[in-house]
Amino acid sequence: MKQAVVVQDLNILYGKLPILRNVTFSVTEGEYFIIIGPNGSGKTTLVKVISGFLKPHSGSVEIMGRPLVAITRRSLAHAVALVPQSPPMDVPFTVAEVVLMGRSPHLGLLSLEGREDMEIAEQSMRFTNVSHLARSRLDQLSAGERQRVLIARAVCQRAGIIVLDEPTASLDVAHQLHIMDLMEKLRTEQGITVIMVSHDLNLAAMYAGRILLLNHGNIAGIGAARDVIQAGLLEATYGCSLLVDQNPFREVPRVTPAPGEFAQPDSLHRKVFLKQD
Amino acid sequence: MRIASLVSRIFLVCTPLALILVIAAVLGLFLGTTYQSIADVLSAIVTKGRVDSTLATIVWRIRMPRVVLAILTGASLSLGGLVLQALLRNPLAEPYILGISGGSAVGAIAGMLLGFSQLQGVAFFSFAGSMAALLLILAITSGGMVMKKDSLILAGVMVNAFCGSIIIFLISLTQDRRVLNILFWLMGDLSMSSQTQVMVLAVLLIPCTVIIFLFAQPMNLLLMGEEMAGNMGLNVRRTSLVLLMTSSLMVSLTVCCTGLLGFVGLVTPHLLRLLLGPDHRVLVPACIFGGGAYLVFCDLLARILPAQGEMPVGVITAMIGAPLFMFLLWRSKR
Repeated sequence: MKQAVVVQDLNILYGKLPILRNVTFSVTEGEYFIIIGPNGSGKTTLVKVISGFLKPHSGSVEIMGRPLVAITRRSLAHAVALVPQSPPMDVPFTVAEVVLMGRSPHLGLLSLEGREDMEIAEQSMRFTNVSHLARSRLDQLSAGERQRVLIARAVCQRAGIIVLDEPTASLDVAHQLHIMDLMEKLRTEQGITVIMVSHDLNLAAMYAGRILLLNHGNIAGIGAARDVIQAGLLEATYGCSLLVDQNPFREVPRVTPAPGEFAQPDSLHRKVFLKQD
Repeated sequence: MRIASLVSRIFLVCTPLALILVIAAVLGLFLGTTYQSIADVLSAIVTKGRVDSTLATIVWRIRMPRVVLAILTGASLSLGGLVLQALLRNPLAEPYILGISGGSAVGAIAGMLLGFSQLQGVAFFSFAGSMAALLLILAITSGGMVMKKDSLILAGVMVNAFCGSIIIFLISLTQDRRVLNILFWLMGDLSMSSQTQVMVLAVLLIPCTVIIFLFAQPMNLLLMGEEMAGNMGLNVRRTSLVLLMTSSLMVSLTVCCTGLLGFVGLVTPHLLRLLLGPDHRVLVPACIFGGGAYLVFCDLLARILPAQGEMPVGVITAMIGAPLFMFLLWRSKR
C-alpha cells in the first residue's frame, strides 16, 4: 500500500517552547488513523502541519509521496481536506453555499461553479445527510448539523485525505457514532484516508485502524487499538487511573476512567514530563 | 435542491440595480437649483454643450462631472467597506470609521502643500496616508485578522480623531487656497471636481474594481476562517494584502476628490447583504451599482433640501449612516 502521509523527525516550536519533538510516523492510504493524547499534547498542531497551515521547524512531511514544501496550496487542497476544530460559525452563508465552497480549489479565475460542481456538492450533502438543510443558514443550525455540513464541505473538496480535528467534541452520543460511521463509509466506499483527532478513547479504539498517542509533543504509542489502549500507557500519559477491559461489541479494548482519588492530571503530567527530559 | 447559476444570479441582481443607478443619474442631471423643463435639459445634453448656453454649461460642466463623481465615489467607498468587513470579519468596519479615509485626507493635504497639483501626485500621498492609518490600526489591535470588534472600532475612532486634528492643523498653517476649505475635507463634498479630474479618477478606479471582483470568492473563503480558507487553496496573507492595498487605494483616490464622506461603506454593503445574502461574487458588482446610486441620491438630497445654496453631501451620508452604525453596534451586543 502507498503512504498517504509520511512524517519524519518533525519538530514544531511556539517561540522557544517545543510543541512537537522528533515525531515520526506514516499513514497508509485508505487508513482510519486516529490521534489521541491529553490537552496540549500537540494533536491540533500536528493537524495544522498536515493541512499546510503550519510550517515545520525541522523534519519533513510528505503528502501522497510529495514533500509538503514542494506542494502549492492549491494542489495541497486537492490532496487534503480539513474539518477544523472551531471555525467561525456566525457567518450567514447557507448550507449549500458553504458546501459548494469546497469546490473552490477546483475553480478557475472567476470562481464560477459548473454543473459538475453543483452535482458534487449535492452528492456531498446527501452523503452527510444535510440535503434538507441546503437553504438554511449556517448560523441557525444545531451543533450536530453544523458538523455534518463542515464534513460535507470537506467531502465536496474531493481530496484523497480528510483531516478532522475533534469532530465529535460537542456532540451527543448518537451524533458521535454517526460521524464516526460516516468516516468509515467514506474510507471503505471511496478509499479516502481519514486522519482524526479525538478525545474519546473508546470511539478511537472502536473505529481506528491505528491510533497515535501523543504526550507533550512526543509519540507515546502508535499501533492497533490493543497496543495503544493499555492501562499502564494511558495512566502514564493522562495522569489518571483507569481500567481497560474488553469492549462487549467489538474485539477492541474499552476504557473506563476511575473517578476521584487519582485525578490530578497536572501534577502527574509534570512528573512524566520531567522524566522524559 | 437547486443552486441557481451564479452568472444568472449576478445578472438578475445587477439589472435592477443598474436601472436604479440610471434613474438616479438622470435625476441628478435634471434636478438642481435652477429649474428647467425636461426638453431643455435634453437638448442641452444632445448638443453636448456645443451650443453656447448657460444650461448646457450647467449640465455638462457642473452636473455631469458631479453625478459621475458621485457614482465613482459611492461605488469605491461601498467596495472599501465591503472588503474591510470581510477581511476584518467585523460588520462595523468601514473606511471612514476606521480612520483610513482620515489618513488619506491628511496625506492628500500634505501632498498639496508640498506642491503637487495633479490628482496622480496628490493621490500618491493620499494612498501613503491611508496605508499609514491602516497600519496604525492593525498595530494598535495587535495585528492579525482575528480581532475584537470593540478594540478595532475604538482604534478607528482614535485614528480618525487624530487625523481630523492634523487636517485642521495643516489647514490653519497654510495660505494655499486649494486646501483652505476645511469643511470640504471634514464633511465631504462632490461639488469641487472638474471634468478632467473625474475622468482621471474613473481611469484609476476601474482596474481596482476588477481586482476586487477577482478576489470575491477568496473573500467568501476568508469569512470561513483562515484555517479553512488556507485549506481551500487560498494564500491568506497575500490575499489580505492585495485586498487591503487595493481598497485603500480606491478610498484614498476618492478622498482626494471628495474629502471625507462617512458611512457610505457601511450603508450599501449592509443593505445589499440583507437583500442578496453574503456571497461576495454577487455583492461586489451589486455594491458598484448600488453604492453609485446611493451616493447620487444622497447628493440630490444635499442639493435640493437646503433652503438656499446646498449642503455637503457628507451631512446626508452621516445622517443616514450613523444611526445604522448604532443599530449594528446594538445588535452585535445582544
